[in-house]
Amino acid sequence: FLHLRGHKTLRKHCTEKYHNITTWTSKLCLFFPISTQTCHTELHAGQYYTLPPAHMRTLFPHGLPPRFQMQMKTFNEACVMVRQPALELITCLRKADYSEPALRYVLYGEKGCGKTLSLCHVLHFCSTQGWLVLHIPDAHLWVKNCRELLPSSSRPGRFDQPIQALNWLKNFKTTNEHFLSKIKTTQRYVWTKRESTEEGRPLGELVDQGVSRVKSSSDVVGALLRELRLQAGGAAEGAFRLAVAVDGVNALWGKTTLKKEDKSEVLPEELTLIHNLRKMLRNDWCGGAILTTLSQTGSLFKPRSAYLPMELLGEEGFDNMDPFVPIPVSNYSDKEFESCYLYYLDRNWLQHPHSRTEDGKKELIFLSSRNPSILERLCAFL
Amino acid sequence: LTCSSGRTVTACIYSLAFPLQLLSRQICVSSAAWRKNLAAAGPEKFSEEYIKKQVEEFNIGKRHLANIMGEDPETFTQEDIDRSIAYLFPSGLFEKRARPVMKHPDLLFPKQTAVQWGEDGRPFHYMFYTGKQAYYSLMHDTFGKVLALEKYQDSMRNKGLFTKDTRQMSLTGSRWLLKEELEELLVENISDHDYTRFLQLMERLLSMPYCAMEEEFVQRFRRQLEVQSSKQEIPAVQHDENGVAFSQAEGRRKTAKASIKLRDCGTGSITINGKSYLLYFPVLQDREQLMFPLHFVDMLGRFNVEASVEGGGHCAQAGALRLAVSRALLSFVSAGEMESMRQAGLLTPDPRVKERKKPGQAGARKKFTWKKR
Repeated sequence: FLHLRGHKTLRKHCTEKYHNITTWTSKLCLFFPISTQTCHTELHAGQYYTLPPAHMRTLFPHGLPPRFQMQMKTFNEACVMVRQPALELITCLRKADYSEPALRYVLYGEKGCGKTLSLCHVLHFCSTQGWLVLHIPDAHLWVKNCRELLPSSSRPGRFDQPIQALNWLKNFKTTNEHFLSKIKTTQRYVWTKRESTEEGRPLGELVDQGVSRVKSSSDVVGALLRELRLQAGGAAEGAFRLAVAVDGVNALWGKTTLKKEDKSEVLPEELTLIHNLRKMLRNDWCGGAILTTLSQTGSLFKPRSAYLPMELLGEEGFDNMDPFVPIPVSNYSDKEFESCYLYYLDRNWLQHPHSRTEDGKKELIFLSSRNPSILERLCAFL
Repeated sequence: LTCSSGRTVTACIYSLAFPLQLLSRQICVSSAAWRKNLAAAGPEKFSEEYIKKQVEEFNIGKRHLANIMGEDPETFTQEDIDRSIAYLFPSGLFEKRARPVMKHPDLLFPKQTAVQWGEDGRPFHYMFYTGKQAYYSLMHDTFGKVLALEKYQDSMRNKGLFTKDTRQMSLTGSRWLLKEELEELLVENISDHDYTRFLQLMERLLSMPYCAMEEEFVQRFRRQLEVQSSKQEIPAVQHDENGVAFSQAEGRRKTAKASIKLRDCGTGSITINGKSYLLYFPVLQDREQLMFPLHFVDMLGRFNVEASVEGGGHCAQAGALRLAVSRALLSFVSAGEMESMRQAGLLTPDPRVKERKKPGQAGARKKFTWKKR
């Protein structure tokens, strides 16, 4: 806490000198060059660091929460607070042994605590380490509000979701451009009578096939996942580590709101995308990590107060996900709240003169109960 | 009813029900069409002997009632009478004023002036022909006092003993008589204009330097105000096992009832029905209501609140909790702050409840569609 205050004056000098640097700057503290981003430790807990805009566009075409995107647009920068759960996850990832089967990590916590943003922080870390990032922004979007539900072309009794698969493939392409040419397929895939992808073709072709032929996009997704699973952490030369990030993983084992033509409910297993994703989440492959978040916000048929893994995943989900490393995400601590408050002040976001006083700060603490999202919404109209 | 002297009891009971219709005269006055001049009224409906007889009957009836109830007739108060009547004549009527009542005839019979003129038809009072003799005579007396004070002032000036800082009357904590009370005093109808003129004259009297001489006269027309905050009940501060001070209080709003325990811990956590207040009140307005009493006395982060609330909707529950928290805070707060809390409206229970739907209307106020024909 002391060093936060002391560095305010230092920051003033630094801002004058380093005004034009768009590399990562640590707010309210000294500036760190790029390489030390990987060395975020407990010392940095509570401080903000900026993500460079170029990275933002490639890594997160679809992953960020909408309110954070609005904040990014307003402040013209993407600042993320370094918090304890993310730090824990990063240390685990650094120390893990990648010849063992992939470890599953589940971020859970009350609504609005910062699970999705922590996940994004960790993903940024992974991508800077050169991992291949497989990010499903919100699994709940795949089990509800689907306009077109086609019966699967490859398997009877399954349903395809072409639009969702198409969107996801496009985003995947933006995120992992450089990997697509390096990885080759290991098997021949036949899409229709006339189209097939041969063995040994680059992944990019597979993805293009899915993008252009919308009908088979869900099967393409399945094939893609299979390829990545087989090849992660494999041979020495083209070795890459795979980070599978699923936000809202409780959607995979919950109920859906989709109905078949005879008005009977569709089970999650009957959806191709969900089925393939479940296979991905099984820890029978090596050379990567599975990072997931539980989310009540988009979930179906779950009460608002549910946030524990047992409640949200259900029995089936819990058995499938077991064993996993649970990481709780909680509301801001005093120090983190202080940091957030100073950040908003610094950005001139809190316009009301009363909010700059001690009394105003106490009111903010009370009204938001230190919950990050509620605090953000509260400050939005101050 | 079985009693020894059935006849007198029945006579007494007869006097119970009868005078109720006349009670209305004192209360709903000042209708422009109804300008009955009581002083000029003829022989009164109730002669003095009649009222005297009623008083005697009341006293005898009181003693009989005490005998019926098996209590001591000497120490039988009005409260005991009310209790006994409610017991002997149970009434299911909702309107309290329609129930049987037994009171002293002076309270029940309207005050009436005696006949104002003699046998020859000449009125006794010199102001009889003004129409409102009591009012005008009062104004005349008051003005006479004003003139007397001025004369006294002049005489003091002549002697050279005139000073402005004489003993002043203390008028704080008292108020002027209301119009209804003045009417009751004078046993006459007064218009609003007359009342205003009376007050102006009184103020003029009080503005003069030597008004303390007429203090007794003026105090007849003033009533004491009660100190509101002395009526507040402050919940007692208790201590639990760890020595932490806590107090309990309850609050109600509409149909919601809340009861809380306020602990002097140091963290600012609030639990309602076992849940965090953020989960229980997702709406900002409810949380602001909860914050108001603590913020008003600047003790935001100091107390822990354990609350249980039931009934009503979310706004009603928030209002009930707010009242309960304010009441519980009274035991941790000084008297001056308690007064300021009372003035801020934190301690007043909100009397608004849902208004009843009336027959012939769609809702409480909403009427059915009006058709011209």
